[in-house]
Amino acid sequence: MKKREFWARFRRNRLAISGMALVSGMFAVALLAPWLAPYDPNFIELKQVLLPPSPAHLLGTDTLGRDVLSRVIFGSRISLLVGFVAVGIATFIGVLVGALAGYYRGWVDQALMRLVDVMLCFPVFFLILAVIAFLGPSIWNIMVVIGLTGWMGVARLVRAEFLSLREREFVVAARSLGASDARLICRHLLPNALTPVMVSATLGVAGAILTESALSFLGLGVQPPTPSWGNILTMGKDNIEIAWWLSVFPGLAILVTVMSYNLLGEGIREAIDPRLKE
Amino acid sequence: MWLYLAKRLLLMLPMLLGITLISFTVIHLAPGTPVEFQTTMSPKASLEAQKRLIELYGLDKPLHVQYWDWLKRVALLDFGRSFSPDRRPVWDKIRERIGITLGLNLITLIIILSLAIPIGVLASVKPHSWFDKGTTLFVFFGFSMPSFWLALLLILFFGVYLDWLPISGLTSLNFPQFTFWQKVQDLLAHIALPVLGSALLGLAAMSRYMRGSMLEVIRQDYITTARAKGLPEGTVIFKHALRNALLPVITMLGLSVPGLIGGSVIFETIFAIPGMGQLFYGAVMARDYPVVMAELVIVAFLTLLGNLLADVSYALVDPRIRTG
Repeated sequence: MKKREFWARFRRNRLAISGMALVSGMFAVALLAPWLAPYDPNFIELKQVLLPPSPAHLLGTDTLGRDVLSRVIFGSRISLLVGFVAVGIATFIGVLVGALAGYYRGWVDQALMRLVDVMLCFPVFFLILAVIAFLGPSIWNIMVVIGLTGWMGVARLVRAEFLSLREREFVVAARSLGASDARLICRHLLPNALTPVMVSATLGVAGAILTESALSFLGLGVQPPTPSWGNILTMGKDNIEIAWWLSVFPGLAILVTVMSYNLLGEGIREAIDPRLKE
Repeated sequence: MWLYLAKRLLLMLPMLLGITLISFTVIHLAPGTPVEFQTTMSPKASLEAQKRLIELYGLDKPLHVQYWDWLKRVALLDFGRSFSPDRRPVWDKIRERIGITLGLNLITLIIILSLAIPIGVLASVKPHSWFDKGTTLFVFFGFSMPSFWLALLLILFFGVYLDWLPISGLTSLNFPQFTFWQKVQDLLAHIALPVLGSALLGLAAMSRYMRGSMLEVIRQDYITTARAKGLPEGTVIFKHALRNALLPVITMLGLSVPGLIGGSVIFETIFAIPGMGQLFYGAVMARDYPVVMAELVIVAFLTLLGNLLADVSYALVDPRIRTG
């Protein structure tokens, strides 16, 4: 598909544009966190514990007197980092597996796709928790584990694209000119299979952010004092009867972020294939 | 039908093997020998625990022998003993909790289905109506909502602000003294919030699939034919369209089992429900490896069973699957 055509459709899609704007906004917040945050997110002020929202602390303070707004702003860095690294790993593995299965077919395809089937019927969240139990909670382990358990969808997509692309004339022509397997895969097939991968990666970022926040919420993710939306909510849960602001605002940040990636992903999908828009 | 069922059951075997293989790999994932790693990381694991682990996994033997021995024990539901101070067999611990988790998930699933089907049908019959738009919005929120945040909001609103519903546990403290109806009422009040939480999120996904599937079917020629021969619209929608649209939804139902069970960890932890999810969470936090491993295998098995049930019901409604 032509690039200009894609952008024209993308621009007309109101949801996609708002998703794009929100995602860019999130990037800006994460990058500019030190300038945007009114306080040091780790500054402990024991005289100002659990203050409700006020002009001095717009989103209130937590049990150690830290400013919740500043912590939420800095938390966006964690979400962004985990989202992109995890999805990067998942996409890399997925593309590799899908390309090998779709290009070589036969027993390679059979073996890889059975692996995908098994992984898909595994309750991924249990698997992630189990692996974290063995490796210990840290932001790097989380990114790797989310990546390693999230590649199956991409693999299926790429495989399906490859299966149909490899019979097309331009591929047959390149092959008859003596192009090697690696060249065919990287130069001719992959670039043509990337659009659905883009959609799935965007939606994948949303999923990875949700998983990271759930893990941090359960105390198995990003460890305090590093602020993450999930671990602020843990504090919210422990003080739910006295400090509603600790439970409401970080969750709202997750909701808005995840929703903006979902909007963007859907927007790209519709721009690629307008038939999907009923 | 029986042939089909036999075939499906046979296909389950390699899947089960794959699942146990992954679970087994996870045990051996730890750098160094698992025992060394597990015991140094866990203050609770004494020398005795170390010996028990070596025994359990037979670590002095070659890897394939270890896997085979482990598999044989797992087949007999022997998962060893828990590391926690009570030292109880892992299977006993799981047995007393599995019913609670399955029961709650079943109730959730029934609620999801009984709401998602009518919602999906209504939204698809009149696309772009206010109802359809409202559904789409709800679905978008549902897809982006962190389940644990939803749980917190439900607690905050119904438990703290309105103070209508209890926010933790399955029963009240004076449960044993209640009459039968009081017991039922008490139980229902306790499960209301966790079930509502997981049902809302599942409902978003499922009504979306139902709508998409209906829209797909309504476009087909046989629906036009049914309308053309003058059948009443109700018959067309509910007899011709709905039955066909339900097929992909059944598959989705099977695929949604891992998500539901995964959600149990979160909901059971937040609402302090003594189910498998809570046990798993506790085991992960305490590095109680025998319990973690056992749950991993059992949950994967349950998922497989869910998929099988979905496939079988698929075959029941669609003769093409059975014979083809």
